[in-house]
Order: sequence, then C-alpha cells, then structure tokens
Amino acid sequence: MEKASASAWRKFNARYNMIGNVCKTCNTKYFPPRIVCKNCGRNTKMEEYQFSGKGEIFSFTKIHVPSEAFKESAPYVIGVIKLEEGPMIEGHIVDSGKEPQIGAKVKQVFRRMYTDGEEGLITYHFKFELI
Amino acid sequence: MAGIVGYGVHVPRYRIKVEEIAKVWNDDPESIKKGLNITEKSVPGIDEDAATIAVEAARRAVDHSGINANEIGALYVGSESHPYAVKPTSTIVSQAIRTGHKLTAADLEFACKAGTAGIQMCAGLVDSKMIKYGMAIGSDTSQGRPSDALEYTASAGGGAFIIGSDKSEQIAEILKTTSYTSDTPDFWRREGAAFPSHGGRFTGEPAYFKHITNATKQLFEMTGFKASDFNYAVFHQPNGKFPIVVSKALGFEEKQIKDGLLTPVIGNTYSGASMLGLAAVLDIAKPNEKILLTSFGSGAGSDSFAIEVKDKIDEKRGKLTKVSDIINTRKIYIDYSTYLKNRGGIKKR
Amino acid sequence: MRDVAIIGIGLTKFGERWEHGMRELMAEAGVKAITDANIGSKDVEIVYGSTMASGRFVGQEHMAALLADQLGFKNIPAVRIENACASGGSALRQGYMAVASGMHNIVVVGGVEKMTDVTTSEATTALGGAGDQEWELSQGITFPGLYALMAKRHMHEYGTTEEQLASVAVKNHENAAKNEYAQFRKPISIQDVLKSKVVAEPLKVFDCSPISDGAAVVVLAPLEIAKKYNDTPIKIAASAQASDTLGLSERESLTELKATKIAAANAYKNAGVKPSDINVVEVHDCFTIAEILAIEDLGFYEKGKAAKAIFDGETKLNSKLSVNTSGGLKGCGHPVGATGIKQAVEITMQLRGEAKERQVNGAEIGMTHNVGGSGATAVVHIMKRAN
Repeated sequence: MEKASASAWRKFNARYNMIGNVCKTCNTKYFPPRIVCKNCGRNTKMEEYQFSGKGEIFSFTKIHVPSEAFKESAPYVIGVIKLEEGPMIEGHIVDSGKEPQIGAKVKQVFRRMYTDGEEGLITYHFKFELI
Repeated sequence: MAGIVGYGVHVPRYRIKVEEIAKVWNDDPESIKKGLNITEKSVPGIDEDAATIAVEAARRAVDHSGINANEIGALYVGSESHPYAVKPTSTIVSQAIRTGHKLTAADLEFACKAGTAGIQMCAGLVDSKMIKYGMAIGSDTSQGRPSDALEYTASAGGGAFIIGSDKSEQIAEILKTTSYTSDTPDFWRREGAAFPSHGGRFTGEPAYFKHITNATKQLFEMTGFKASDFNYAVFHQPNGKFPIVVSKALGFEEKQIKDGLLTPVIGNTYSGASMLGLAAVLDIAKPNEKILLTSFGSGAGSDSFAIEVKDKIDEKRGKLTKVSDIINTRKIYIDYSTYLKNRGGIKKR
Repeated sequence: MRDVAIIGIGLTKFGERWEHGMRELMAEAGVKAITDANIGSKDVEIVYGSTMASGRFVGQEHMAALLADQLGFKNIPAVRIENACASGGSALRQGYMAVASGMHNIVVVGGVEKMTDVTTSEATTALGGAGDQEWELSQGITFPGLYALMAKRHMHEYGTTEEQLASVAVKNHENAAKNEYAQFRKPISIQDVLKSKVVAEPLKVFDCSPISDGAAVVVLAPLEIAKKYNDTPIKIAASAQASDTLGLSERESLTELKATKIAAANAYKNAGVKPSDINVVEVHDCFTIAEILAIEDLGFYEKGKAAKAIFDGETKLNSKLSVNTSGGLKGCGHPVGATGIKQAVEITMQLRGEAKERQVNGAEIGMTHNVGGSGATAVVHIMKRAN
C-alpha cells in the first residue's frame, strides 16, 4: 500500500474530485486521467475534465478475503462503474441501505480509503453510493 | 453585516437505538429515553470521519450557495474529533471542494462550539473585506465512553455555512453576534485519550446553562430583542432535554425551538449540533423571520447570534438538500457489535 | 527463422513444499530437464528465468542469474522475465525467439515461485500487483475480486451459473487426481465447491487456484538438431503474445480477454491450424471463470456457450476437447512464475505420449494459454509432434 505520502498526494485531484481529462484532438474523455490519448498518440492535447461522479453499476462483487491493507474493512463491495460521461472505473460501493444491482444508478461520495496503522497516513478517496 | 450565502449538512446513515445500548449495560431504556429525551443516535461508517462528513456538508453548501468555490478565502473546520492530531482537516476539505490555494485555513477546537466560532471568524473577515467568502464547518464523530451516559448521545454529523457580505447573495443576515467565555473545566479529553471525561452534574448549571443564558442575554441587550421577537431559537443540544429547559428559562416557547431540535433523533453531533439545528430551521424559514442561535462548547463558552432571513432564501431552495432528507432517508439500524466495529472498537491487529 | 523444438522438460511436484526454498525447487526441475534433454551444463548458451514476485515472496530478485548458477551454467547470459502470471509463457517465447533467430542453439527456460513463506493476505497483496496498483490494488481490489467482477458480468450477460463455474473446478480436480505432480489429488463435487468459503462473490475458495510452490524448466533447441538430443522433439509451431490495459475497467468488455483473442488468432495463423485441430490444451484457469473465458476466446466455443459445455462434460479428458489435463492452475497448483512453463511441460508429455493415466488418445497438436493479470498479457503457444 501507499506508505509514501507523496504517491497519494499526486493523485488527490482524481481521487478526491474525480478530475480526469479529455483529449481536445478527438474529444475522448478519460478517467483516470492519462498522458497519451489512446487514439491520438503524439497528437494528444489533454485538458482537465471534471467528471460528474454519476454513473451506473456495470458489475460488482463483495470481497470477503481482502488484501493485507484492507483487513479492517472486509467484507466490502466493489463495483465497475460506467460513468455517465463514458469511461468505466472500479470503486467501492458503500453500504447505503440498498442492495447493489447491475444497472443501478450511483453517485460519488467522499470516504476514507485506507489507514496506515495507528500512526500512518489516512488516505481519502471517492467511493460510490446507490442513488 | 455578514450573512449566510449557502449551507449544507451531512449525517451518516447508521443509527443505533437507545434500547440496543441499554441492553448491553443493563440500563432501563425507558428512563434513559425520558431522562435525555433521545430515541436513537447517528453512527459513522467505518470509512467516515470528521473530514469526510465535513467534505460532504461543504459540497452541499457550495451547491446550495451557487458560488464558485475558488472564491472562498477562508475555511475553518471545527471539531473535537479531527482525524489527525497534527495535520489539518481544513486542507482536506479545501482540496475536496476545489477552493484553489489562495485562502487561509485552520482547524478549530472548542468542544461543541468550534463550528459557530468559525462563523464568527468568517463574519469578521468578510465584513472587513479581507475575503469575499468564508466557510465555517462544524463536524464530529464524537466519542462517548462505553456505559457512560454520553454513550447514548455522542453521535456523528456536521454542517457547513458559507458566509459573505454581499447582501444580495445572502439567504440570511447575521444581525449581531456575541460570546460569553470562561475557564470552566466541565468536560475534557487529553491528548491520546480515546474518550472524554466530564464533571457529571457540573456540566449543567455552571457550564451549559450559565454560558448559554449569559450569551443570549448579552445578545438581547445588544439588539434590544426579546425572546418573543424570534420565530425560531436553536440552542446547543447535548441531549434532548437541556435546550428545552434553557429555552424556557430565557422566555421561549416550545414552538420556537422544536424545528431546530434534532438531538432526540440523531444524538449530539457536537461541533455539528448547533450548525445542524440552524440548517433545519433555515430549511423552512420564510423571509423576514428571525432566528436566535446560541451554541455551547465545554471548557466553556457560548456564541449567540441574531439572524434575519432574507428574500433570497426562496430562490436558492431549488439547489438545497434539506436536513430532513438527509436524516430520514434510508437509515440503517445497527446492533451494538456493528457499532463497536464501526467505531474501531474491535481490533483485528 | 528456424523451427524450434522442446528437447527436455523438468517439473517439481507442485504444492506446499515446506522443506524446499526457491533455489532447491529451481535445481530440482532444472536437473530433470537437462537430464531429459541429455545435454551437459556447458551446452547451454543462455537462460531465461521467470518469476512474478520473488522479491515479495522471498525477498530475492535477480532470479535468472541465480537459476543459471544453481544449475552450474557458468557465466552464461541470464535474463529474468516478469509478466505477472504470464511470466512463464513470456519467458518461453523469449527462449523461442532466441533459438528461432539463430542467435542461440541450446536455451534453458525456467520458472519458479515460492509462495508459501508468506501469509495468505501477503500473497494476495503481492499478486494484486499484477493489476493496476494505482486504481485497483490501492482500493483493496484483490485478484479474485477482479475475476469475480468478470464472472458477475458473464453471469449477467450469458446466464452462466455458479454450478457451471463449479464444474470447471470439479473437472480439473478430476484430472489433477491422475497427475503425480499436482497439488490436489482428491476429486471434489459441485457441492464441495458451492459450500466452500466465499472469497469474492460469486467466487469461492474452490473456484480459485491455490497458493503453491513449484518450478518448471524446458530446454529448447533448433528442430534441425533436436533429434540429436531427444527421440521425440516437440515442435513449437507458433508463439504469439498480446497485451491489453492493466486496469480491468478500461477494457471494452469484461466478458472476453482481447489479448487472448489476438494472441490466439496469430498463433493459429502462424501454425496453420484451426481450433478444431487442437487435441489438448492447457488454459489459464487461475479462477473457474477464467477457463470459461479462455476456451471461448481461444475459439473453441462461441461466447456464452462454454460454461454449459464444461458442465455437460465436453472438456473432460478424452471427450470432445481435453482441457487442462494436468489439472490446470486450479488442480495442479499455480506457482505463478512456473505456470506458463509447466503448461508447456504438460503438452510436451501429452504429445510424447508420456502422460500415463491422463494421456489424451492420439494427441498430435496441443496448445498452451498463459494470462498475466486480469488479461493485460496473454501468451499462446501451439505445439506439434515433430515426426
């Protein structure tokens, strides 16, 4: 996991605010953001793009056996979310008193992602909640 | 003078009932419900803390206000449960609502009144024209020692207010504000301690009642208002009973305080409590109505405000997420063991 | 380009090898392979080694030089190939290219993983590095979690059932029971799978390949001189590889591995064969859903039709198409860096007619399919009896 604070900090725009980017050459939107457009290669012209954080569940699973860093929070639900702007992204689906289903609408919420023990960094991240 | 340009609140979905806690400690739930005037309280999820609650409230406040977040010049987060001992919550909120970097930010702590202290600081800054807008947040995931009376009330929630001086943007104007402060050790938590300690009945008369009463009377003197001049009154609400008692002593009637009294159904959200109470009243208030708000923070102090509702309030309601929508939608009732897990009481390592 | 043949194979028993570390496992498989190839240590010109995460599992990087040294191949070039779970298949392809190009004659390709020296959750974390660290692993999305997301979508799109998923494990355990090198030697039932502990819904423990120790080694030579070393050299008729996005959600579909489809299409073209020509195939069944996706994407079944076919027994030993006769990753075990090479060892045994109880009758053409991550790498090899 990310024990180095710099590696979390570099991605705050995307992780806190769902800021991706858009290639002005072909108008393709990307989340997470990337440097080189898949269509345009060296003619890429990227600009920051604010995603709405809304989308729908494309697939989901409940993880019962977690990785080392997520022992405290298991079980937790992970979804592949199709964002309304097009791209798909994986993310946590928080408990909101509704059972997740493929096709169900979700929106982003702001939550803790990972806590590095008693003394380390707390990382925050978007997660998704059923509307 | 300065006024409220927008506001937003957040309360976690989880609830635990008095009966569920009472069962664990062999208490009589009926006498607790009656004694504290509370039926259930909110509980944060395992991935929620004062920062995440502050962010959710702040985002709703920005949406409601219609302002551009990068015009916020000051951001204060009041809490007694900041996630870090050293490292500000306010910078996390700033990043998450995209204020940009040209702003001053600080974390505040004054038990349950750190949120209203932030409103006063923002009011000073906007009235002196040092900044265009200030944001004040009160947000807590408060702790109550297991089996202590506080365990029935200590809950989670928060509210965010955007303060600006341009009257054309205000949904409500702060007519006057005043504070009453003294060194009164009624409640405290030392560095590293998991739970707060308190002076039992000492938290009542010499602390809560004395400070709220004196601050409110100061406000009456400054403004010439009396209790009956206000349509609504919101007092800090550590339980469901104290605000009723103090409001009567100050000459208010029950109808003036009922709309801002949330503790009976969500518990005491500490720094969030006065903010949530004010938000609940603003949700229904009509132009030209007057609101009295008096907070209380142990240690101890009270901030009192006379607030007048403006015409703009109706226009901005379209983008408002109401307190009642947040606290009544898809509540999830949990048992005591889930409560313990959510509060980090079960150590896996 | 020269034709390339496998002239020697060596395999350790897969499983929990408490008494053996990484170097002992490499030596065990390596000595078997050079003995089988009937070569001396001095004949070997270059070594390609594969391990996915020896640094995470045992703290040892720089594995290829260690492999060369442990086998006494003094001072020859040694190169480690890391391509997640497709490290073995990728290393085999590098060895193939070294011989085909004419650069080297005798080449050793060896893979190993020593996984049981760490806890399950540490292993889960290490394997998670095969996915997208910044957007998958960092959110606590495990490897079973990624395949569970694919399984859930496959169930949604094609009506695939948990019983059908389970039937993959049942079939592979049945084959593993006949394989002396396999980690699991006990047949299981559909009910055993369905009742096992949930890992990531809908996948249960018995839907997942195990954590294993093991090593596999092959020796390659130009086909023209292969007979000098071995009576039944196995020709590598095609070696193809493709890549895709590391992140699962960036793909166009969750129910197919595009890298597999592209690698397979190239392999069929280069070998001049079609799916129906293949008699035996080792596919990458890290999870039960992965075998279903694999035999669809390799062209053996139409999309959405494989799960029922497996459930109906069409891919059992010596039925319509013999799939994972070794027991696959699921039954034989999955020491990650060794897996791709073990697949080549199994197909070599089958084509030589040395697979004993699990021999596919009249096997002439075989295939291996090795996947890295959730599909970011796929390597396909087609092999034929050379005579």
